[in-house]
Amino acid sequence: MYELTNVIKKYETKRGPVTALAGIDLTIADGDLVAIQGPTGHGKSTLLQMLGGLDRPTSGTITFDGEDIGTMPERRLADLRAHKFGFVFQSFNLVPTLSALENVEAALVPLTVPAAERRERASRALAEVGLAERLDHLPSELSGGQQQRVAIARALVKEPKVILADEPTGNLDEDTRDEIIEFIEELHRERGLTVIMVTHDTWVAQRAQRTLWIQKGKVKLRTGAPEQERRLRTRRR
Amino acid sequence: MFLTYLGRELRRRLRQTLVVAVGLAVGIGLVITVNAASAGVADAQSQVLSALYGVGTDITVTQQAEPGAGGGPGRFDFGDTTSETVTQDRLMVGAGTTTMDATVIDTITSQPHVARAVGSLQLTDVTLSGTFSPPPQGQQPGPGGQNGQGGQGWSRPQIDLNSFTIVGVDVTTLDVGPLSSASLVDGRAFTTDDTADGAAPVALLSTEYANTKNLAIGDTLTIAGTSVSVVGTVSSTSGEATDVFLPLNLAQTLAGHEGKVTTIYVQANGADNVATAQGEIQAALPDLTVKTASDLASQISGSLSSASGLANNLGRWLSIIVLVAAFAVAALFTISGVSRRVREFGTLKALGWRSPRIIGQVVGESVVQGLLGGVLGIGLGLLGAFLVARFAPDLTATLTSGFGSDGRFGGAGAMPAGGPFGGGGEMGALPGGGPGGPGGAFRTASEITVQLTAPVTFASIALAVGLAAAGGLIAGGFGGWRASRLRPADALRRID
Repeated sequence: MYELTNVIKKYETKRGPVTALAGIDLTIADGDLVAIQGPTGHGKSTLLQMLGGLDRPTSGTITFDGEDIGTMPERRLADLRAHKFGFVFQSFNLVPTLSALENVEAALVPLTVPAAERRERASRALAEVGLAERLDHLPSELSGGQQQRVAIARALVKEPKVILADEPTGNLDEDTRDEIIEFIEELHRERGLTVIMVTHDTWVAQRAQRTLWIQKGKVKLRTGAPEQERRLRTRRR
Repeated sequence: MFLTYLGRELRRRLRQTLVVAVGLAVGIGLVITVNAASAGVADAQSQVLSALYGVGTDITVTQQAEPGAGGGPGRFDFGDTTSETVTQDRLMVGAGTTTMDATVIDTITSQPHVARAVGSLQLTDVTLSGTFSPPPQGQQPGPGGQNGQGGQGWSRPQIDLNSFTIVGVDVTTLDVGPLSSASLVDGRAFTTDDTADGAAPVALLSTEYANTKNLAIGDTLTIAGTSVSVVGTVSSTSGEATDVFLPLNLAQTLAGHEGKVTTIYVQANGADNVATAQGEIQAALPDLTVKTASDLASQISGSLSSASGLANNLGRWLSIIVLVAAFAVAALFTISGVSRRVREFGTLKALGWRSPRIIGQVVGESVVQGLLGGVLGIGLGLLGAFLVARFAPDLTATLTSGFGSDGRFGGAGAMPAGGPFGGGGEMGALPGGGPGGPGGAFRTASEITVQLTAPVTFASIALAVGLAAAGGLIAGGFGGWRASRLRPADALRRID
């Protein structure tokens, strides 16, 4: 479970400091499927990166399962990313020189899984996303939808607790988008994964249990806030 | 995964990999070639030095000739001959050297770091023969000429000047000294019987001299009026102008220098003790010139010296510059490669890869690239060394003025005369003639020709591999440093 308290993130630029997040209070329960929407450049991706331990807040706290990931040592944070978080990116971010199988295996490298087991688990993950026949294909030999499935397999293979997806359907046509979203929903439903998705696509956002609208670094609109968050907000008032 | 990823990445950037590898290869190839050429030059120098010194000689001891003294034969005294044919044979101490008492050898041998010492006597035999046409009856000798301008005396004579060099060697210790680098070609070597009282005078000739003078075993040659039998011929790697070898006591007797030597060859009691032995000898005999092979090396001139300068200066600096440039190019390419892979590394960090693993990947790729350059460089280096050995012209080394001399010897009156014989001058009793020339004409310049080799040693191969790995590590270090500074969020943000 995530608990964010007054999270502020500022960037130093040549033209002075820019506030990306201007005080976020948020609770995300285990097993939630959350969509984050908002205008471009208003802090959606920054929030997602904070949740994934890819960046640290300027102030405020972000706790994940009781641990403050904002002040956690880099080694521990890397461990957390390796074990608990699975990332899916808009542009897939596959290593172009590695095959589909090797890209998925790459997620198991930090877990020091033996090579044979790594290969076996990666093959299984690719089979689950319907790419059992494409193990040895390079990303350039796959369609956009297939590449995103490889990215999803890579996120799933480590059996994470949270899937963090940044515009996972942004580069896909409608049919493929539907396919991917259905697959993510299925994962959430069947495995009880927490899924946090940044999306511009309202259709995609509507499939989520909760939607957050972020504007100027603040959460402006919430739908379906869970009980824990309501309690937190009541306590802060 | 490490090797798979590494191999795929290098293959993907094949052109860049090859550029970096070839750059390093050129630098490393140059280092190997220059090292090989330097080793070849060093070999040549050592060949020259051993030829001049004799194998096994670490130090030579000589008595410095005073400037303007010695060296030349002095004046030829023809008396008041009126003969039309004149022959004079003079045996003198070799140019640039002067004699010292042979008891010095005992002083040298008594030094703690000296193993052995043997003396030799270097001589030059000069024979002057000619015919003169006397002036008509009643005509007086004319005034002396100036600078070769002949007077009105005897008409221009036909003069034949013949000289050869002689070294008297210690027959009891032939493995140190002038004959140590020579090998017997024909006949027999000296034996101790050759030094016995009443023994027939014998000589060994250099093959070159024997061929030039058409002398064979059993023939005789005249030295200072004494007939000496040729008992053998020797060849030497030395190009030094030693034509005739005599037993030391015979050379001393013929030259009238009993108990004297001109050069003492010293062997230290260990390669590490040469400098110590030199110091001991110099302290014991401060008036003598004590030189080691390395001292002598600095006196060598000629194309060997130029080659040495070329290899040690230009070659070395060129290879360092090329190598540094190659390292810089490799580092820049690696940093630029890392910059292009920001998203990739950011993604890997998002997957939980720690910075050391990513740095290791970058360094690994660079090291393999460097080693590839190393392998190519070794190939290039071997080719370069082969070409140097194959096409380099023979090198000549010139050691002027003989052992231990500074070349300032020789005095007025030495041969040959400065101008054509004419009016009264320095030619002894001969009427007419110009002033004597400077003694420098009698300076001996030992010239040795050696074939330049370019040996590639295991050490230089190891150096190449080390440089290749270092090049890879330096480039990888920069790239890794760049990658380690990468924050995953920044990396991923840059693609949004």
